[in-house]
Amino acid sequence: MDSIIGRGNKEGAQMFRDWFDGLTQTANAGNKAAYVFVMGSFNEILLSFDLPVVFPEIHSLQTAVRRSALPLLQEAEDHGYSPDICGYVKADIGVQLRGGEHPMGKIPKPGIAVYTNACNTYIKWAEAWERMHGCPIFTLDVPGSREADGISWQGDSSFESDRKYVEVQIRELITLCEEITGKKFDIDRLRETMNHANAINRGWARILELNKSRPSLFNALTDGTIYLGVANVMRGTKEAADYFDRLVEEMETKAAQGIGTLAEEEWRLAFVGVPCYPIFRRFNEIFSEWKGTFVTSTYLWFASGGSNIGFQYEMKDPIKSLSEGVLISVRDSMDSMFHQDRIIPKMVEEFDLDGVVYHPIKSCRTVSTGLADSRRVLTDQGISSLFIESDMMDKRVVSEAQMKNRIDAFFEGLASKRKQLLVAGG
Amino acid sequence: MAYSGGVDVGSTQTKAVILDEDGAIIGRSLTDTGANVMAAAKGAFRDALEDAGRMEQEVEWVIGTGYGRYRVTFGNDQVTEISCHGRGAVHLHPDTRTVLDMGGQDTKAIKVAPSGEILDFCMNDKCAAGTGRFLGAASSALGIPLPDLGPTALKARKSVRISTTCTVFAESEVLAWLGKGKKVEDILWGVHQSIATRSMGLLRRVGVVEEVTFTGGVSKNEGMVKALEDATGVSLNISPEGHYMGAVGAALFALDHILASRIPKAVEAS
Repeated sequence: MDSIIGRGNKEGAQMFRDWFDGLTQTANAGNKAAYVFVMGSFNEILLSFDLPVVFPEIHSLQTAVRRSALPLLQEAEDHGYSPDICGYVKADIGVQLRGGEHPMGKIPKPGIAVYTNACNTYIKWAEAWERMHGCPIFTLDVPGSREADGISWQGDSSFESDRKYVEVQIRELITLCEEITGKKFDIDRLRETMNHANAINRGWARILELNKSRPSLFNALTDGTIYLGVANVMRGTKEAADYFDRLVEEMETKAAQGIGTLAEEEWRLAFVGVPCYPIFRRFNEIFSEWKGTFVTSTYLWFASGGSNIGFQYEMKDPIKSLSEGVLISVRDSMDSMFHQDRIIPKMVEEFDLDGVVYHPIKSCRTVSTGLADSRRVLTDQGISSLFIESDMMDKRVVSEAQMKNRIDAFFEGLASKRKQLLVAGG
Repeated sequence: MAYSGGVDVGSTQTKAVILDEDGAIIGRSLTDTGANVMAAAKGAFRDALEDAGRMEQEVEWVIGTGYGRYRVTFGNDQVTEISCHGRGAVHLHPDTRTVLDMGGQDTKAIKVAPSGEILDFCMNDKCAAGTGRFLGAASSALGIPLPDLGPTALKARKSVRISTTCTVFAESEVLAWLGKGKKVEDILWGVHQSIATRSMGLLRRVGVVEEVTFTGGVSKNEGMVKALEDATGVSLNISPEGHYMGAVGAALFALDHILASRIPKAVEAS
């Protein structure tokens, strides 16, 4: 059993390093890659053309985790990028200005950039690569939820119309991939990658569900980002599909044995927003020192491109099914950022949470705007929450002392609330 | 009689309080924090003991609070100043539901339950705009000592609108208004209003529910009290102990510990 516990973290970290090594080899060989994003990566299609994929959000955040983001941010700012824009963009621009040099290796140049409208910055970011490298860029416009609580589903006419809109664009993307690779599209290769994506989606949804266990099986902020990394960068591969089968096995074993992530789980929390990567480990430690753990996180929903819902493609008509999956998953990813007032109270109940930690970030207004409204809904329902603002990339706007003060006060409040409830309950 | 201690090591000043077991303040002290935080904490505690006429060994439990709470090395525990200001305010003004604590570099709006429990809080974010530091910048620009700022501002006839929210730029804006011939008191009143507006942003987020108690070093400033009362539209509870409220709260938490530790003995006796 010992070999199972912690296996997902070890293997996931190694797979992630291997993926980076692969990118370095691609770059050193002078080959180009497809630049994609976490909210709708289209790995299924790109892999079927044997295109290596670069996730600029991921190589950017890695510079923050490895404490080398600041010089890159400053280089981008010196180049004329405003201090107020997305930190991921600036770190990547810094990497591009250094010819792809990165703390984990080398990033290949873009041969194509493919992105959805799930984040408005994706479009402007891709335009920067177009100017820097002259690569083709492809926007895939995915319709979002039309109104709160008014999501359309299969069988609704508006859904079918949205799906067809996505399908037409996917077919255009396939044609573009044929042009830039000189390869003929192979629908059976697509079926293969989609089949592996099904296994990943299934595994991802299952492990998120399993963390409702008490004690929780993994920390959604720290361990969760390792699993998330594999789910994103290796989406559509057999290795990742096998990894998720093994991860589910590990989590089911832990659940059956009652093995939790903390020796003592005092407080079950949800994390909302994008992690504080400049002090990633320390941020979590401040919570674990109080015996608090993150049981769930909206980050694992939206940053997995909506894979959390576990959508399963059907292989009879792969392109139709892919368009359906993209529409539902990317839409869910957007809703996980923008309609949190709907999802978080449900999350609190299902995961039996003691509180919710909001982490709005200075350099991403897209994901941060609206968090205050979401929090208000919780406050009205008497659910404890904490609102701490810092950044996902920029250490200059992260104040650990102020953060700790707020976190300590939050736990003091939780403890006091629990005490009062015990007194009231006799 | 048991005694408890609270030491609030703030960014600018360190405050210490000694309570008796009835929760009455029997000693207090105030000193600049300076660079040697541990020395400031020790010095403040020693002075408070002297003020109370008590020996160190008579104080059964001491709690540190404020940014330097972990530097109160002789203390027994730490509690954040957010919880301490809430607790202290409700102790001295039992109908308090909202606390505004304005210190040297922090302003906090705190929503409290009748028990003193913290229901919600909101603080200024990584910048000293809307805090005592903003008044310090004005004091330095105008050459008026801090204690005289409030009384001078209250003489204003016409407010000057201070548009900057940056403490660093406040000084140059004040000088610019002086250059334009504006009266010192009008500029100062504008500074107070600017801070009050900024504080209202924090208060609105937790909700302004009466009674509102104003704590922290800046609560001694009558001009700030007036500006905040104008902004909130409510009368504020002000206490001569306002500056010590964090230390009072810390000492109350320490007293809780002392009294709770007696329960098993009482049970044994019965």
